[in-house]
Amino acid sequence: MQALVIAAHGSHLNPDASTPTYAHADTIRETGAFDEVREAFWKEEPHFREVIRTLESDEVFVVPLFISEGYFTEQVIPRELRLDDWDPDKWESDGTSASQVTLEATDVGKTIHYCGPVGTHDAMTDVIVQRAESVTEDPDVGEGVGLAVVGHGTERNENSAKAIEYHTERIRERGRFDETKAVFMDEEPEVDDVTDFFESEDIVVVPLFIADGYHTQEDIPEDMGLTEDYRLGWDVPAEVDGHRIWYAGAVGTEGLMADVLLERAADAGAKLGDAIDRVRHRTSTASGADGDAERHSQAGD
Amino acid sequence: MDDSSTSATQRLLATLTAAADDEHPSSVTFDGLQATRNETGQFSLTIDHADIHQPDLERSALESLLDGEEIGGVAAYVTNWHYWQETVGGEGTARRAFLRWCERAPLVEGTRDESADGDTDTGIGIGTGTGTDIGAVPDRYAALQDGIDREWGQLCITTRFADVDHPDGERVYDLWHVDDAETDIADLTVYDDPREAREIATYDEDGRYRPLKTAPTLETGWAFTGLSGEELVDAVGFFYPATIANWHREREGNLDVDHWTETADRQSGIYEVVSELPREAVDWMAEACCVDSQCLRRREWQYEDGDELDANGGDGPFPCREPCSLVVAAARKWAIAESESERTYELELTPTERNQLEELIDAVADGRTDEIREADVNDGANRYRARYLRAKRFSDEGTLEMREHSESESESESASGGESESKSD
Repeated sequence: MQALVIAAHGSHLNPDASTPTYAHADTIRETGAFDEVREAFWKEEPHFREVIRTLESDEVFVVPLFISEGYFTEQVIPRELRLDDWDPDKWESDGTSASQVTLEATDVGKTIHYCGPVGTHDAMTDVIVQRAESVTEDPDVGEGVGLAVVGHGTERNENSAKAIEYHTERIRERGRFDETKAVFMDEEPEVDDVTDFFESEDIVVVPLFIADGYHTQEDIPEDMGLTEDYRLGWDVPAEVDGHRIWYAGAVGTEGLMADVLLERAADAGAKLGDAIDRVRHRTSTASGADGDAERHSQAGD
Repeated sequence: MDDSSTSATQRLLATLTAAADDEHPSSVTFDGLQATRNETGQFSLTIDHADIHQPDLERSALESLLDGEEIGGVAAYVTNWHYWQETVGGEGTARRAFLRWCERAPLVEGTRDESADGDTDTGIGIGTGTGTDIGAVPDRYAALQDGIDREWGQLCITTRFADVDHPDGERVYDLWHVDDAETDIADLTVYDDPREAREIATYDEDGRYRPLKTAPTLETGWAFTGLSGEELVDAVGFFYPATIANWHREREGNLDVDHWTETADRQSGIYEVVSELPREAVDWMAEACCVDSQCLRRREWQYEDGDELDANGGDGPFPCREPCSLVVAAARKWAIAESESERTYELELTPTERNQLEELIDAVADGRTDEIREADVNDGANRYRARYLRAKRFSDEGTLEMREHSESESESESASGGESESKSD
């Protein structure tokens, strides 16, 4: 038997934080590719600490639903799962290239394939592009349009920005959008000044965040000048400084994220049959996993 | 006998035959039923509770015995074997143990009927509800006709036969809120997909988010009916994650409790500070957060091994094996707050106002602010009463007016006897 554990942050305050986790888990459950699929959280239940014991499978694939390699993927999750032999060096990662390492969870004696986070997988690039399609409702979006990928960015973890830049570069190489740039909340270039960095009149802004919450639904829309007050909502597109900004919610709510989770598990040796193809087919029509496109006016806790 | 018990008989015979050859006997031993095939191909059937001891049977004779055509009640043992060994399976799993518990079946599936020898709960013997195990299969079958109820936190679980008129041993499970026990099913919203439990468990009766799944605030008004055993375990897992696994580990004697100091020392980042929480503050924290009025898990963790906390850990069926993420997050707040040194403040309050402060704190701590009637000005936590106190005692800056005392002053002040009028309760 094989099991998939989706390890996400969750929230003590915001009931929507876990919504995408559940949605992607359900998409994967419906493929039947795993005998068991379990959501696990840092701030909700089942906690990372207690999730493995809820499984009957001997072989468990743990995929962190996080954007970048860093504190959670390198310290918190392995520690809480009791992966005693874990060492971040075992991923042999340059900051965005972690794939998987096979370890034992010492409380249950099961084999754990501890995977890199979804956010740094190559398949994530496609999710960002699909996000742009779903926001604009244009499956061919690109020509005459600029794409801004927004990251948290933080001085504490350089990998946070690396993941954003990695996907931005990959999209740029495809030449699909007239301009593709990475912008950040906490560092230069800042999302506040997004219109300064683009010549294109239309700018699609995709936040590389796992779930909607304070940053994606309050901070960023106000910082970009989409709205005076997030509670009033904003238009899509919204006019700012002579540009049209297309902004919805976190990329992590995109249905295609389920594909990235499966790709991570497959890279780690999970036997999935044609589940990846089926999930890609099912989620490739641009739509949010939880209907988030309509949620921007209902943001907040 | 109906087709299903015949099929259970055939499955049992096939199991006996498949495992045996001319050299090796084989046997099926389960819940009081013992059927064997010896080296010579002869069969025997023993059911102590039904006083059946039949050696040297031909296959056809065993078959008709198992079908229940000769001695009433035998078929129940056969369909019971089929349900547990072939439908449920999962020997040694928490899932199987939980489903056994649901119908009060002995957890130890011994070779003999374990009727009337009491609860087989290990250790502390809590969480078994009011009754004991129903060891004998015919007794359990009689109870399953009506349904067997068990409580798991605020969940009520009924185990019953899928087909009451023609019981074939297959069980189904109904799940609802304990407070809905007397509610007509027609007045409940009925679900059949265990995943629906996630949404129900997310909000309380007032629509507020429930960050702690085992808080006693599960809303009422819903029911899951006709779940399979696997679906029941999934649904309970969504309502109360990991409780079955930890309950099972406790029964098996290998619950891995992490006491406060172990959990605190493990924390990093912004939670590293929680290990600085003073010893006595951990007692206050457990009293604040972990008693049954706040969380239905039974707290098994202590300050550290051999150093127990004062607060009552509760008496629910499922254990709490370490401080949860909510406790750790709150502990961070308290650890930082407790690093401040105490001061002495002086402020003017009438005795009634002093009492009112206590009533306000109690009302918030007991979560009863919503229940206080708008015009009930006798309640110190009434909104008008609180607004009056604020209007009278808060400064223009919105803070309670008081003076901070230096130590030498407080000594001379305390001699002035200003507290003589305050009530001592």
